[in-house]
Amino acid sequence: MAESHRLYVKGKHISYQRSKNVTNPNVSLIQIEGVASPQDAKFYLGKRIAYVYRASKEVRGSKIRVIWGKVARTHGNNGLVRASFKKNLPAKTFGASVRIMLYPSNI
Amino acid sequence: MSQIAPKWYQSEDAPVAKQTRKTARPQKLRASLVPGTVLILLAGRFRGKRVVYLKNLEDNTLLVSGPFKVNGVPLRRVNARYVIATSTQVSVEGVDVSKFNVEYFAREKTPRSKKSEADLFNEAQPKKEIKAERIADQKSVDASLLAEIKKTPLLKQYLSASFSLKNGDRPHLLKF
Repeated sequence: MAESHRLYVKGKHISYQRSKNVTNPNVSLIQIEGVASPQDAKFYLGKRIAYVYRASKEVRGSKIRVIWGKVARTHGNNGLVRASFKKNLPAKTFGASVRIMLYPSNI
Repeated sequence: MSQIAPKWYQSEDAPVAKQTRKTARPQKLRASLVPGTVLILLAGRFRGKRVVYLKNLEDNTLLVSGPFKVNGVPLRRVNARYVIATSTQVSVEGVDVSKFNVEYFAREKTPRSKKSEADLFNEAQPKKEIKAERIADQKSVDASLLAEIKKTPLLKQYLSASFSLKNGDRPHLLKF
C-alpha cells in the first residue's frame, strides 16, 4: 500500500482576479479543497503556495519546476482565496492543481 | 603641530548610516510551543516527522530531538513557523539542555584551499564526519527522553510514525 506523504492541501487555480471584461494577472484566485467559507479560508492566509510543473529541459539538476506564491486574502463568500505569485501564473494553468503548504504555521 | 594638508579631498561626504531605532527583543512564541511538546515538522529534510521540542534558542529557532533512535531526527534547530505543535506533551524536566546554544550548532569553518582543477572536476565529497561530541550529547539527551517516552503507551510508535495529510483531511478543521 503506497503511504501518503502529502504535507500540503490541494487546490485549483481558478482564474485571475477580474471584472467582466478586464483581468488582472497579478492576482490569482485559488480554490482550496474543502474550504467553503471565508471563515474557513482564514486559516490559510499567509500560507505558501507552490505551482509545480514539469518541463523537458533539465534546469539546476531537475526537470521539475516550481512557481512559489502566497495566500494574500479571502475572495468572496465561498471560500476562494486571492494569491500572488513570484512570477504570475500563466493563463493556461486555469484548472490546474496547486499545492497550498501548511507553513508559515500558526498552530 | 598641525598635520600636513592632505593632497586629496573627497568631493562628497562619505555616507553615514542612519541610526536604527529598532531594538531586538526576546522572541515571543505562540502559546502552544511549550518545551516537551510533540511537534510535526512541515519542511526540510525531516518533513512529516513527529519530534520532541526541547528548548528555545537565542537565534529564534527551536531545539528539537527525534529522539534519534525513534525516528532519525538528531538534536537539531528548527524554525518555529515551519512546525505544527500538537497537544501531545512529554515531560522534559529531567533533560539537561543547558549546554546547547547557537554556537554549538555553528557551521564548521572549512579552510578555503586555492581553487584547483582537481577540485572543480572532482565530484566526490569526502564523507562528513560527525563529531564525537554530538553523538555523545545525542545519546545523553535521548536516554532521559526515552525513559519519559516509555511511560506513555504507544508514544514511541507515535513518534516513529510520520504525519501526512490523507484524503478528506481539512487542516483548518483538524485538531492537532
